Order: sequence, then structure tokens, then C-alpha cells
Amino acid sequence: MSEKNIAVQAEGIKKQYRLGVIGGGTLKGDLQSWWARKRGKEDPNVKIGSKVYKKNEKFMALDGIDLTIREGERLGIIGHNGAGKSTLLKLLSRVTAPTEGVIRVNGRISSMLEVGTGFNPELTGRENIYLNGAILGMTRAEVSKKIDDIIEFSECSNFIDTPVKRYSSGMYVKLAFAVAAHLDSEIMIMDEVLAVGDMAFQNKCLEKMRDVSMTEGRTILYVSHNMNTIRSLCDRCIVLSEGKIIYDGDVDKAINIYLSKGSDKELIRNHYEFNNTYRHLEWNHGDLRIEELNLDNSGIVCGNKIPLKIKVKSQESTEDVSFRFEFSPMTTPKKSATMTTGKKVSFGENETKELTLELDTTHLVPSRYQVDVVAFTTDDVGNDCQLEGVFPGFIFDLSENPEKDPLLWKIYNWGAVHLQDVELKEE
Amino acid sequence: MEQKWSYVIKPKTKLFDFQLRELWKYRDLVWLFVKRDFTTRFKQTILGPTWFIIQPLFTAAMQAFVFGDIANMELPVSGVSHFLFYMVGNVPWMYFSTCLTSTSNTFVQNANVFGKVYFPRLTIPISSVISSMVNFAVQIMLVILFSLLFLFRGSNAHLTWAVLLTPILVVQMAMLGLGFGIIISSMTTKYRDLQVMVSFGVQLWMYATPVIYAASTMSKGLYTLIMLNPMSPIVEFMRYGWIGVGDQPFLYWGVSWITTFVVLLIGITMFNKVEKTFMDTV
Repeated sequence: MSEKNIAVQAEGIKKQYRLGVIGGGTLKGDLQSWWARKRGKEDPNVKIGSKVYKKNEKFMALDGIDLTIREGERLGIIGHNGAGKSTLLKLLSRVTAPTEGVIRVNGRISSMLEVGTGFNPELTGRENIYLNGAILGMTRAEVSKKIDDIIEFSECSNFIDTPVKRYSSGMYVKLAFAVAAHLDSEIMIMDEVLAVGDMAFQNKCLEKMRDVSMTEGRTILYVSHNMNTIRSLCDRCIVLSEGKIIYDGDVDKAINIYLSKGSDKELIRNHYEFNNTYRHLEWNHGDLRIEELNLDNSGIVCGNKIPLKIKVKSQESTEDVSFRFEFSPMTTPKKSATMTTGKKVSFGENETKELTLELDTTHLVPSRYQVDVVAFTTDDVGNDCQLEGVFPGFIFDLSENPEKDPLLWKIYNWGAVHLQDVELKEE
Repeated sequence: MEQKWSYVIKPKTKLFDFQLRELWKYRDLVWLFVKRDFTTRFKQTILGPTWFIIQPLFTAAMQAFVFGDIANMELPVSGVSHFLFYMVGNVPWMYFSTCLTSTSNTFVQNANVFGKVYFPRLTIPISSVISSMVNFAVQIMLVILFSLLFLFRGSNAHLTWAVLLTPILVVQMAMLGLGFGIIISSMTTKYRDLQVMVSFGVQLWMYATPVIYAASTMSKGLYTLIMLNPMSPIVEFMRYGWIGVGDQPFLYWGVSWITTFVVLLIGITMFNKVEKTFMDTV
């Protein structure tokens, strides 16, 4: 691998915040509290019933981050709220200083932690371009050289000499992003700035970002909760959790890890009941109901079979019922499905049956799947006629088979189904 | 691997690392802030920049009425109108107090911007000090205008060589106001009390400065005390330069310069220390 220069190097950065009230806000209040504590009395400035944090109770927003970013990398940063993403960006963009550790930076950093920072509502679009450019570290000469590009990109050329307070919020964002996208800085930091603006403009921005990164070798750090933008922009991704980096590397894997963190216990269960599950209104021909679903939902490895039990109740007699299982990987919208064929199930009036089934995962790619279970019958022509469906029936994590070739499957491009391996007949 | 770094972020910097070179890189930003201040200040006002003139005019007129006509205060030189005397005193004082008050809430007022993007924080107070110079220039014009007017009516007011000191005096006032202002703004990130104190303190400070009286009319002990106020020699020199009334207290001016440098040094040191983490406490 060619060793590109390092753009950002962080060593053991920690950022600590003190919990509780940081000073009362007034000198008098602080003195009062101090005096009361000194005499062992109750602090008059503490709200009744609120938890009192002792002075040495501390909170680590970032707890030892080591990170090396090379030039031209497009690094995505994901993590749940409070994982420390924004704190990390703040430290990198020098808004606040770390408590411990060193960050070395090579190149100019321009940060967009918010859209239109420093825009003055009274100034015109053009004046704000200059001002915003200067705040982000450009000189006037640099802005002048690019002003036509910026105005064109912003799609606001008709209003460029109007005060921005008259702008719609969309135009405001477009103008702000246009300035940032045309910066000459080597490193760009963005915190969910694309969350605003319409889809077309978002795509245009992503395109632009990718373009400047590819052609000019700029480094991009991007934080977002939108996995699709992360996927389409970044070529490397880190996952933060509780102030630590828990994964660093491939984007799809990082997204999987991010999606599978946190609310696991609620999602992945051994027992599912569907009394209150949403159902299609038109699908209740025959009053068939899937009531329960049970499985051993842990450690499902690629190629394993998933034994499954479903309890189905029918109020009227229904003949020839089949079951379909629709697998949607939770990282992409692509679906794949399988179903029971051949043997069909019939129900008498008010009959409840417990069916034992087995799902094969041989052709599925490791990911987290949501499985929708649909019961249906087939009409004479072969069209299916839905009777019942639960969305989701269950959710499971399919992990890689450690004995197989460690091929990195690009689920986003190739889909969730890995067909039977191709046989090479002749060389 | 050897590699050059543009900069290194550490928890603490050296005490006297002012990063003036970086500030210089952002000089365009200072200029744009000045322009912004100027264009936005009088948007949606009826009188616009006329306010620059109205303020000192009315203040001086009122003072002339209260201290001259009602209290009958004596001026050290006869033949100079009270009105002109007060006006020349007010103009530098107003500049200084504007510098001080406008820079004293740098952190609190700009917390929003400072929390989102980095640029040398000193650009903000520096630009506000510079943009106040416009007011000062306009008001000096006013002084010239009225000097001429009174001259025609047989006034004793005249320019002296010290008028050439004006640019130096302005720079000194800017430095002094900036110094005090950023000390206060560094302290207000945690305690807002100081902000209330500023407007009040500046008012009191004016009475310790020979704005509405001449220093030479004071007794010996009081004179020394007043002259140790770094603003006093500045106002005295201004008055001497523009209307030929007042002292030329060179010795005290020297002391005033020393005070200015010390205050500015303390101010920038505190400011640099606070700017690194103020986002966490503001």
C-alpha cells in the first residue's frame, strides 16, 4: 500500500466534562455555595430534589481516542447520540481543547459543524460569502477567485444581492454549503450539514464532496446519522461508543456494527408475539392470524439452518396455506424471500396449529435481517392471495462463517443473496 | 516517519504564546468584521450615521448647561466655551468607553459562532475596536467644525503641535480599551456579574478622568491621583492639541503607556487561556 501523508493524527485524546452545575453563573452564588459547604450546611443554590454531583464526579465525553487519517481519505464517523462524535469534531476543529492527548494536523481545516455559521442576516448573499469564507479561513482574494462558482453552485444567483434574512431556509443552506464546498482547505469537517436542503441538493453536495476528495485529494471527516450518505461518501468509517472507537475500517461493516448496537435486546428475541403488530388491512381474508413465533435467536452463522416455530390460528376453515419469509437486510433496502412450497397447510374452523419450520441461510450474506412472515394461498392462475403478514416477524443477526473464505461481500452493490458459487470448469 | 505539521493541538499552550502570526493570516477577516459592523449598525434606523454626531453634540451641550451654566465651573483658560471644552473631552472618552464595553462581552455574545468554527478569537475584539475608530473620526470632524465656528465668534481655542499626537493617542486608547475589555470578557465567561459592572464602572471611571473638568484645577495630591489613571494624560493631551487648553503631562503619559502595555499583556494572556475551553463553561 502506498503510504500517503498523514493529514490528522490523534493520540490518546480525552475530553472530560464536569458533571453537575459548573459554577452558579454568578460570583455571589458561587461564594454562597462555597460558604454553605464550608459550614456543612445545605447549599442554598441547589434545586430541591436534584441530584447533587460531587466535585470530582466526571464524565468522559472522549476516552482515549487514537486515530490516524491519511490524506484523501473520506472518513465517516457514526455512533449513537452521546457517543462523542460531535466532541471529537469540536476538538479537531479547535473549538475547544482536549483534556489530554495531542492532535497533530497537517493542512488547513475548515469545519462545518453548523450551516451558515457567522452569517449575518442583514448582509447580502454576496457579502456573506466573503464573511463566511473569511471565517472559514479563506482570504478575500481566494473568495473573489471563486465567487462565481460559489454563486452558481448555490443556485441563488437571482437573490445574491438581497439580505439573507429574506432568504428561505433552503436557500440559506445552499449558500452556506456552497461557500464551504469551495474552500481551499485540505481537510473538511462536516457534522450532518446535509440533513437540511432538498434531496437533489443533498446529492449534489455529496457529489461535490466526493469529487473534491478524489480529484484534489482532500480529506473529509463526515458525521451523520444517515447511513446512505455515509455509504455513498465515505471510504472508511469509525464507530464511536461511549467515547471510544469500537470499530475502524470498512464502511458496510461499521454500519452493521452501529445498527446492531444499543437496542439489541428489544430487537433480537427468542419469542415474538403479534397481538399488537401492524397488519395490512386488506389482508384479513379468512381471519388467519399468526400469533406467536419462537426460535433460538443467537449465534446464527452463515449456512446454518434456523429452526422456527410459528403458532397460527384460523377462525374459518382455510385450505392450502403457504408461508413466505421475506428477508430484508437492515442496511440496504434490497429484499430477498423464500417460502414453503409443496406441502401446504389447511385449517379447520377455529383451529390453532403450531408449525415447525426451518429456514436455510446458506445463500444469505452476513448482515442483520428483518424477516417478514406472510401467510397466503394461491389462486387457480398462480397469483398469490395474502391472508396474513407480520412486519417484522423476527429480527436476527447472521454472522460470518469463520471457516469460509473471508471475502468482503458488498451487500449494498451485490444484494443480500449470495448465489451458489460458480464452478470454474476450465482454465 | 518524519512529517511536518501545520499545527498541533494540545491541552495547554505556553503562557505567552500569542499566535500573532496566525492573527495576521486572518487580517482579511478583521477587515470584513469591521465592514460588517459598519454596514449593519445603522440598518433600519432613520437617522443612520447621524447618530455618530448627535450623541457627542447633545452630551456636550447638556454638560455645558449643567456644569457651565448651572454649576458655574471655572475653566483654566478664559475665552474658551464650555461647550467646546466638554466636547473635546468627551470624544476620546467615548471612544475609549465604546472600545471597552464592546469588547467586554466578546465571548458571551459570540458563543454561538465560537462554538462552531475556529478562527483566532482576537479578531472579534480587534475589529470592534477598529470599527469604533470610524465614530471617532466623525466626531473629530465635529470638533474641527465647532472650533472654526467658535473661532469666528472670537474664541481663544487654537490648535497646538500636540494635535499631531492624535493618531498615537487613538492607538493607545484602542490598546487600553481592548486590554481591559478582553480581561473582562475572559472573566465573564464564568461570572456574568462583571457585565453589569462594566457599564456602571465606565460611568464612574469617567469622573476619575478629566473629561468634565481640567486636571490642572485640582489640588496637588488629587492631581497625582487622577493622573495615574491611564486615560487622564490622554484626554489632557487631546484637549491641549485640539483647543490649546490643558496640560502636557509627559511623565504621566509615560506611566500611562506602561499601564497600557501591562493591561494589554495580561488581557491577551487571559484571553488566550480562556478561548481554548470557554465553550465548556460559558
